[in-house]
Formats: sequence, structure tokens, C-alpha cells
Amino acid sequence: MSITVSNISKSYKNVKALQNISFEVKPGELFGLIGPDGAGKTTLFRVLTTLLVANEGSATVAGFDVVEEYKNIRNSVGYMPGKFSLYQDLTVEENLNFFATIFGTTIEENYDLIKDIYVQIEPFKDRRAGKLSGGMKQKLALCCALIHKPKVLFLDEPTTGVDPVSRKEFWEMLKRLQQKDITILVSTPYMDEAALCDRIALIQDGKILEIDTPKAIVKHYPKQIYNVRATNMYQLIYSLKKYEHNHSVYPFGEVVHYTDSRTDFNPKDLKLYLESNDLNNVEIEKTVATIEDTFMELAK
Amino acid sequence: MKRFIGFIKKEFYHIFRDKRSLFILFGMPIAQILLFGFAITNEINNVDIAILDHSKDATTNEITNKIAASKYFSIKKIVTSEADITSVFKKGHVKAVLNFEKDFSKNLIKEHKATIQIITDATDPNTANTISNYVNAILQQYQKEQNKEIKIAYQIVPETRMVYNPELKSVYMFVPGVMTIILMLVSAMMTSISITREKELGTMEILLVSPLKPFQVIIGKVFPYIFLSIINAIVIVLLSIFIFKMPVQGSLFLLGLESVLFIISALALGILISTISETQQTAMMISLMGLMLPVILLSGFIFPISSMPVPLQLISNIIPAKWFIIIIKGIMLKGVGIQFIWKETLILVGMTVFCIALSVKKYKIRLE
Repeated sequence: MSITVSNISKSYKNVKALQNISFEVKPGELFGLIGPDGAGKTTLFRVLTTLLVANEGSATVAGFDVVEEYKNIRNSVGYMPGKFSLYQDLTVEENLNFFATIFGTTIEENYDLIKDIYVQIEPFKDRRAGKLSGGMKQKLALCCALIHKPKVLFLDEPTTGVDPVSRKEFWEMLKRLQQKDITILVSTPYMDEAALCDRIALIQDGKILEIDTPKAIVKHYPKQIYNVRATNMYQLIYSLKKYEHNHSVYPFGEVVHYTDSRTDFNPKDLKLYLESNDLNNVEIEKTVATIEDTFMELAK
Repeated sequence: MKRFIGFIKKEFYHIFRDKRSLFILFGMPIAQILLFGFAITNEINNVDIAILDHSKDATTNEITNKIAASKYFSIKKIVTSEADITSVFKKGHVKAVLNFEKDFSKNLIKEHKATIQIITDATDPNTANTISNYVNAILQQYQKEQNKEIKIAYQIVPETRMVYNPELKSVYMFVPGVMTIILMLVSAMMTSISITREKELGTMEILLVSPLKPFQVIIGKVFPYIFLSIINAIVIVLLSIFIFKMPVQGSLFLLGLESVLFIISALALGILISTISETQQTAMMISLMGLMLPVILLSGFIFPISSMPVPLQLISNIIPAKWFIIIIKGIMLKGVGIQFIWKETLILVGMTVFCIALSVKKYKIRLE
């Protein structure tokens, strides 16, 4: 196993950041930690990258214990913190050179590993890191975390604050890195990115809700979901929430995801109810659950 | 070693790309030494005074000329009545007024006694004191010259000799002090800020999750400042030798070694500060309040330690700057060798070792 986590708990003063967390990540796997802000993702990363010591439980990374053998781990992992943590007053190239040097390697030595990413920022290699755009910064940070060919790569919310196109590119890169036998643990608050992982763990309030492949997790969703549409979105949500048989009502882009608490639910009843509430152009259709729906259901 | 060099290279990039730290590093020392050397001084030179002469005879003329001829005073105004004295003081034109009584010469010959009133503006008490002393000295001198032929029954002649700084130049006192302040500022404050900056910007997190050992990070962070502080020390000594004509009596080599020792002790303090502060702001406040103020007030730089209340005298012992000032005053002004300052040197070494040991112990290998 590349990463094993067993019964890890960690508290800060009064806050229980992690409660009894256990999971395993296989070598070469792209494992996602999915959860909202404050779920404990960063704390978990810090425990695994030996920056924090857990109150209870144990964990290993690349076969080394996170407390006893922390020095070995620091030699063999790449870590990209959630906050942009490169030297803003150094240029792109100087940053990369610096991180290569402190890991005892050179850019040339592992160039093939970062080539795909680096070519995109190479035109700006004389620009100071602080003057790069959000997506560029993240690509540079990824290069810096990769330059010493780590066995395990920790990426804490690498795409937060990055535009959709760059996000897509970033995930394509992760997929390619996976081919090079690097185990990747990535966290994200974006549910759409979850589907790109091999396996995901849904995490909230320091607890793991579920661990499985994205497809399996969606299948676990217990109810039929309906897309509900109407001209007045606000009125629609309000009316649905007031409806006595509703099980869940979540706005989802231009539609509302609705589930009913009855087993013999007939959409026509709902349509009549909504039209009686002065809503026009009401449309109701079946849809499949997404990871977000699953998360909301589990987090209830 | 390669890692270490890479790290130091990075530190120099930081320093040379930050205009503020460049200014503190190089602008400040020069500005301070020039300020203290030229502007802030206890000496008096060309003080403007006024004369009120009620007799206008040969003697008063002679005395007035003597005073005007000295480099300490220049006669700015001749006033004619007592009422004018108040008005010239109020206007702030002069610092002192000499008031000769009526029939000065006549009284001197007839009664062997004549009075001259020295009125000084004591809003600045030190200057007022100095002015009256200087005027007195000139009068004494004049008296002596006049009485050459006359034998007095007996006379006590004080022969004062000011050693090590015979001209009483205050710059001799300030240079060691300013050098101490600057080395402290550059070494302790700049290192503590540069280490906490890594914490604040989150780069410390990455440095921790890297094969760099804690001592490599710390040495890498302080090394550039050792280097820059030594350059500063050299600049200050050169400025004081060539601009203020201050002699360095003792060995320059010993001065250099002692300065490096002090620089290292200041760096150790800086590292210690960085281990207890999380942000650059805190580090700067602690450095300024905890280091700069004691260095200025309690090190004996401006106020003599012997005239402080006992508790403050005791506190002054734990300030490295106090010992360093004793050491460099000894070397620069008295020309002493290590045999006279080994005790102070040993105390500095002890403080340095203590601070380094404490900061190594306090340095966190993790985030909390």
C-alpha cells in the first residue's frame, strides 16, 4: 500500500478536526478526498506529510511511519499545500531550480516528468512567481512538487481558484502522472472533479462518510432523483421545500434536484401542486444521481 | 553542500529584490552613523551669544574679543539695556548673554573685584551648562594672563587631562554605540523577519516536507546576514576612520573577531525570536521593543550604566550590547588587547551558545 491510514484522530483545542479516519491508497492510484471547506482535508494532509502528529491512530506513507520515520517520508513525497507556497519574488525558473537543488537533483534529470506541464509555463520562465495567473501558479507549484520524482504526491485543493479550462488541463496532467507510477492523493471541494479519481472518500466534519469508486458511490444513492424546472426559480424552491412529501430539494444549476419521501410517487401530483402555486412551464423528468447528490444525502 | 549553496543563493535573491530590506541593510547604517556623528552631539561650536556692556572700557573690550575669537562662540548681537535681554532670548536668536557691570575696569583696579553676569537659555540644560563652563574657562584664562607678575600666597592649579578622547569628541562615544545598534538591527531583526516570512507565506511548510535538516535551513537563512553584517561593520569603521578621523588604537583583527562574535550572538537572538513569533509583524515588534530599546537605553551607549538605579544596572548585564560596547570602546579608543577584555568576550560567547542551544531546542520540526 502507498498510504495506509488507520483510526487517525486529531483535535485542535475544542475542534475535532479528524475523527477515527481509516483508508488505504494503492500504489499508482489517484485517490480523491472530497469535502467542503473545514471538513478536515488539510489536517489530514498535514498528518500524512509529517507536519502534524495525530492524537490517535497511525499512518504510513510509502511504507514509512509518519511519526517514527518522518525523515524518510520527507525524502520521498511531493507536497503542494492549499495556499500558494512558492517564493513570489523568485522567477519561475529560479523557484524550480531551488526546489530541485534542495532535493539534491536538477531540472534536467527529471525533465521528462515535468515536461508536459513545464512547456506551458516555460514562456514565462523569467517572470516572478507572484506575477503569474492562478492557473500558472498551480502548474508551477505542481512542477516544484514533482521535480524530485516523488513516490507519493499530495495535492491539497490544487484547483481552488483556478479557471475551468486550467482545471481541466490540470486534471489531465494528473492522469498522465498516474501512468508514471506516482501515487496521488488529491483533495477538492469540487464534486465534478471527484468523478475523475480512481477512488474517492467523501469527508465531512472530520469523518469519512463513504469510500468507493465514483461510479459505485453514485449507485449507492437510494432514491430516484427528478429534475424540476420552472420559470421562477426562487418560487420553485420555496414551493418544493414547503411540499409535505419532499425528501430533499437542492438547486443544481438551472434545475432543482428533487426526491420524494413516498415510494409510489407520481410526478403528475407534484406538477399539479406546483401549478397551483402559480408556477409556469413546470417540467419534471427523471435523472441520475451525481456525486454531489450522494454527498448531500450522506451529509444530511 | 550543493543544497546549502542553493539555499543561500535563494536568500540573496530575496534580499536584493526587496528594496525595503536593502535600505535597512545599507542605507540605515550610513544614515545613522552620519546623523550621530554630525548632528547629534554634546559639543558646542559657534554658539550665538549677545553682549550687554555697561562700561565699554579696555578690559571689557579685551574679554569680549577673547570670547569672539574662540571657536565656541560667535557674537550675534550687542544689546544696550536689560530689557533687551529678555527679548533676544524670546526671539531665540542667542543661547547666552554676557552682562558686564558698570565701571568694570575701575572696579577691578579699585576693589580688585568686578562682576560679569552669564545668562544662559536653559531650555536645553546640557548646552546651558556647557556654555557657562566654557565662558568661565575663558575668563579664568584671561585672569591668569593678567596676574602673571603678581605673586599670590598659594594657589591650587588643577591640571585636568582627558585620556583616550582628549578633545572630548562625542563621535568617539557614538561610533561604538551606533555600530552596536546597527549590527543588532541587521542581524537580529532581519533574520527573525526573514525566517518568519517563510512561516507566514507558507513556504516553511514545503521546506519542512523536504530533506533539508532544521540546522541547514537556519544556517542557510542566517549566513547571508553574517556576511552582510560584516560588510556593514567594515563600512562603519571606515566611515569613522576617514570621515570622523577616529583613531583605532587597538588591533583591527581583534576588532573584527569581536564584531563577528557579536554578530553571531545577535543572529542567535534573531533565530530565537523567529521561533516564538508566527508573523513578520510580531517578529519586528519583538526585535524593536525587546532588543533595540534595551540596546539604546541600557547598554551604556547614551546613559552611563553607573548612574542607573540598581535594578536597571542588573538588567543591563543580560544585554549583549553592553559587553560589546565595553569591548569595542576598549579596542578602538584605549587600544587594549584580549587580555583586558577576555571576561567580556567570554560572557558574549556564553550568551551566544545559550541562545543557539535554546533556539535549536525550540525550533519546530513540525507545524505545532
